Amino acid sequence: MYWKNYTILPEQFRNERVFDGCGISGYINIDGKRDYGTKVIDMLCILHDRENGLGAGFAGYGIYPDYKDYYALHFLFDNDPSKEKVLKHLEETGYIIQSEAIPTKTPSNVDHPPITWRVFYEPKEAKSISTDDQIVNLVMQVNERFDGAFIMSSGKNMGVFKGNGWSHEIANYYKIADYKAYMWLAHSRFPTNTPGWWGGAHPFNLLGTSVVHNGEITSYGTNMRYLESFGYKCTLFTDTEVIAYLFDLLVRKHKMPIPIASLALAPPLFDEIYRMEKKHQIALKNIRATYRSAMLNGPFSVVVGYNDTIPTMIGLSDRKKLRPLVAAISEDENTIYLSSEEASFKRLMIDDISSYKFREIWHPKSGTAIIARLGDGLLRNGLEKPFEKLKLSVIGA
Amino acid sequence: MSISHTIPTYFRVNIDRDYCKKCKRCVTHCSYGALSFNGERIVADDSLCVACQRCVAMCPGKAIRVVQNESYLPPHGNYTRRIRNIIWAQSGNGGVLLSATGNDRPIRVIFDDLLLDACQVTNPAIDPLRETIETKIFFGRKPQKLEFTIDEKDPTEISLKTKLMPHFEIDMPIMVGHMSLGSISYNACMAIYQASKELNILAGSGEGGLHPDFYEYGDNIITEVASGRFGVDINYLNKTAGIEIKLGQGAKPGHGGHLPGEKVNNMISQTRMIPKGSDALSPYPHHDIYSIEDLAQLIAALKEATRYRVPIGVKIAAVHNSAPIAVGIVRGGADFLTIDGFRGGTGAAPRIIRDHAGIPIELAIASVDQRLRQEGLRDQVTLVAGGSIRYSADLIKAIALGADVGMVGMPVLIALGCRVCQQCFRGLCSWGIATQQEYLVKRLDIDVARNRIINLFHSWNEELKEVLGAMGIDSVESLRSNRDRLRYIGPNPKIAEILGVKHAGE
Amino acid sequence: MIENLVLSELEKRKAIEIDAAPDGIPLIYQDLNESIHEAIREGYDRIVLNNVCGQRFIAASLQGDLELIINGLPGNDLGIFMDGPKIIVNGNCEDHAGNTMNDGAIMVDGDGGDVIGLSARGGKIYVKADVGYRVGIHIKEYENKYPVLIFGGIARDFLGEYMAGGLIIALGLKFLPDGSIIENEQSICGGELGTGIHRGKIILRTEEDLEPKLGVGAKLFEIAPNTRKEIEPFLREFCEIFNIPYEMIGKKPFKVIKPISKRPFGGNYCGQIV
Ligand code: SF4
Ligand code: SF4
Repeated sequence: MYWKNYTILPEQFRNERVFDGCGISGYINIDGKRDYGTKVIDMLCILHDRENGLGAGFAGYGIYPDYKDYYALHFLFDNDPSKEKVLKHLEETGYIIQSEAIPTKTPSNVDHPPITWRVFYEPKEAKSISTDDQIVNLVMQVNERFDGAFIMSSGKNMGVFKGNGWSHEIANYYKIADYKAYMWLAHSRFPTNTPGWWGGAHPFNLLGTSVVHNGEITSYGTNMRYLESFGYKCTLFTDTEVIAYLFDLLVRKHKMPIPIASLALAPPLFDEIYRMEKKHQIALKNIRATYRSAMLNGPFSVVVGYNDTIPTMIGLSDRKKLRPLVAAISEDENTIYLSSEEASFKRLMIDDISSYKFREIWHPKSGTAIIARLGDGLLRNGLEKPFEKLKLSVIGA
Repeated sequence: MSISHTIPTYFRVNIDRDYCKKCKRCVTHCSYGALSFNGERIVADDSLCVACQRCVAMCPGKAIRVVQNESYLPPHGNYTRRIRNIIWAQSGNGGVLLSATGNDRPIRVIFDDLLLDACQVTNPAIDPLRETIETKIFFGRKPQKLEFTIDEKDPTEISLKTKLMPHFEIDMPIMVGHMSLGSISYNACMAIYQASKELNILAGSGEGGLHPDFYEYGDNIITEVASGRFGVDINYLNKTAGIEIKLGQGAKPGHGGHLPGEKVNNMISQTRMIPKGSDALSPYPHHDIYSIEDLAQLIAALKEATRYRVPIGVKIAAVHNSAPIAVGIVRGGADFLTIDGFRGGTGAAPRIIRDHAGIPIELAIASVDQRLRQEGLRDQVTLVAGGSIRYSADLIKAIALGADVGMVGMPVLIALGCRVCQQCFRGLCSWGIATQQEYLVKRLDIDVARNRIINLFHSWNEELKEVLGAMGIDSVESLRSNRDRLRYIGPNPKIAEILGVKHAGE
Repeated sequence: MIENLVLSELEKRKAIEIDAAPDGIPLIYQDLNESIHEAIREGYDRIVLNNVCGQRFIAASLQGDLELIINGLPGNDLGIFMDGPKIIVNGNCEDHAGNTMNDGAIMVDGDGGDVIGLSARGGKIYVKADVGYRVGIHIKEYENKYPVLIFGGIARDFLGEYMAGGLIIALGLKFLPDGSIIENEQSICGGELGTGIHRGKIILRTEEDLEPKLGVGAKLFEIAPNTRKEIEPFLREFCEIFNIPYEMIGKKPFKVIKPISKRPFGGNYCGQIV
């Protein structure tokens, strides 16, 4: 299932330099105002030194207000028979509210694109299993067992658009500029790990969780095998997938508060833990013990979008800060931005039409989550100590 | 006179007369009686020599060499010398042949067929000398998930609701395997416990009870409840970091224990709480465990008895169907699970079982880890694996295959001077390790021995950190079950399949 | 009921009653045992448990001068690792009572299950009537510790297997529902009697030929006068507790099973270098 992209590498990549990294960007409007995709495209495309034309993608939250109660399934299909097979399966297991091609640029500006399709869907009620879990099973099943079919995203009122190409090509191809969202995530890719195929581009999604990721997870095997014991199937041969599933497991299934979940994924070092007060020690040791296989190791910075409960944007980097992450807040404090490089914000400032202004630009601490939530604003700025701003009580101790 | 079938002997003791000072030190040091002084010179009875090298080490004149006997049996590829010797020994004695240490057959070691991954370019290696790499382990049971609740009115009020289970921390993923006082000497035990405390790792007590002198090291000792229940009293259960129910041992799966009466001296009698001079027999099974629900009962009983303060675990030998057994044990409430591979060590075991029963630990780790995952149980327990982890490379590979902690026995003894002569069951260990005879035990200096163990594991842990750093991992927790970082280069693809490891080049 | 035995001491003790099935619902063993521990922490040393119904591990690892009276049926592993207390069971008990007991007493006014007294190192286990299989397995003696197991009825196979010390006595009586006591028709023990025994003795009150029943390493003896004298106080105590007329005991002879040697399997192994 490979689509080769024949776009010629730009001049600056033809030398032998090896770039390690991807570009990630994202932002959220706290008041829920929906912006066209142009802004996030600008933020991402300025990071073109971080990509090599082998994959890019976008996730928009709030893009389908008319269908907000249904699961928006974004598909990639190899061919019509694989599409028909999946649609038949959906008909059997639930209700198809709407089924249509995802609008794309014609004629195509990318080579050999797959069929891109979306379905607004509701699974049939089942007693023993929530509809969310039914969708998770559906995603696992289609991605693992349906030849020539791949679900890009499966949340409500959101969607992932991704493919093989340069970020500007993918943006044009999917007409990202035409969608309006209150939260955008974007990613451009420099793949080293897996061949640049469409499904392997970011964001990775499961239900309302979308992840864009820069880096490589050295604990992949441990994380993958941990997730498998909870029924997740890691079929995409890439480390980013596990971050999306871990987030789903911790936040949606185990109902962990997001600041706590981020401590499970990137916990403080033991030396630090021992310097904390007793209660915090107990909590963190138990988090580290219980979720030792969920801990993400190796260099990473991620931006996670989440809307299974209140829509939230989370930024997190590894605890040794081996991958970059910068944050910014707008002058009116309504928009919180994250990006691999400050250039993304500068790009918006020099935009001659809108010339955005920022109140502050800062670097979150390693292994410390920055969390911004719809309606509530910046909950954590990524500079706090693990339990700062939280009132923690430990009952079982 | 009947013909001796112990000829030709395995070894020859060569004494260089030019160097020999006739000090007779070798004679006193040879606990096997192979050397004597005939009034004129030192003479050797080669048939008694076990090549323990004690005389060689002690000779001030460097006059002694113990060499392989070149006197040759007619060669035969099938009836090897070893097999012929077994037949002669049995036809001479008529008993079950005893042996010690671990399986010594030259069977291919799977660990040796595994290669480790290292970072190049796409992620940075970490320098363990300058940056933190964590090797701490939480030992004991973990809940499947932690339950946090958020206050509805004030979302910053978060409480952790889960009832926390007993577990403790060790600083390296290492446990010194169970070697009882009885199978090894007081000095050897003391050195092991002191080193374990110093390193904050774990040591097993073996099934011989816990001598009161060792109580102060209890925070680093896992005591063992075996079928003989020797020395098991309330102190034994309380002065300990954890309790392990021993169902089996890698060197002798399906076999009990047998400490001969002559080794039960005053001290052993005190610790095992049996009369001096009587055999300490451990029945083959636990007679309160005839099935898996009985095991659950004993686990529950120990938890009740210790008022849920310490983790309770179970040790099994790696046998053909370890995986489903392991699942049963974890379901039965075990907080940790120890698997001992077919190369695991022993102070005394029937040779037939030591050499032919069980399966390699590498395969057992892989299948147990996998099966526990399928049942959603793996992350709740601590998996200890041993038999045999020979050096840090084996430890690292065992962890990458799925073990939390490596259990190590023989390397500790070798560090103390053991020459792997396989004679432990005779109680004559010339190095003062596997013996209870005072004049031999004295030879093992506790301080020196302790430091050698500390050095050994310190270097293992540094090597573990080197490898983690090279893999771009800063905590050993992220190596566990990370089979992605292993590749197989052996001849048998089926093994790679069972291990869940790709072939090199894939 | 063995109540009369303890009445004399009653005044000395601080007593509490615990209902093991409040509102008719039996407690799980964790809760029942926790309430016992709680009572002990509060200073009670005479604890009466009512409506006990199969709860396991009662009195596990309890130490000191305590008295537990169990009305009902205690579950498996009664008094496991116990070190000192006295337990009185008004009724039968299940398997493994007195498992690895260090000291104390378990008095059962009824039948006992299998593997009673497993690996016990000290203390007394008196069962008024019959016991099951593998009873007294691997009991051992050490210094002043000397486990004594007495059964008024009969035992099954593997009695005293691996025995490494202590004393086992079976009397072969039968207790009828009307309270009368007669000689038991059935054989006093099963097969493999004392197999692997290497210390201690089993004493059976019977006329039958035990020779075919002996296990490996066990040997049959007539009772020596000093042995008879040695067991006398235990027998008197047993009869007193369970209201058995002491004269009845004398009506049949005792036979003694002892080890052939301290090292029953010593010759089975050899250690030549191969
Ligand atoms: S120890 Fe060495 S020098 Fe001394 S008698 Fe023996 S062989 Fe000779
Ligand atoms: S411990 Fe002693 S007897 Fe055993 S193998 Fe080592 S040197 Fe030989």
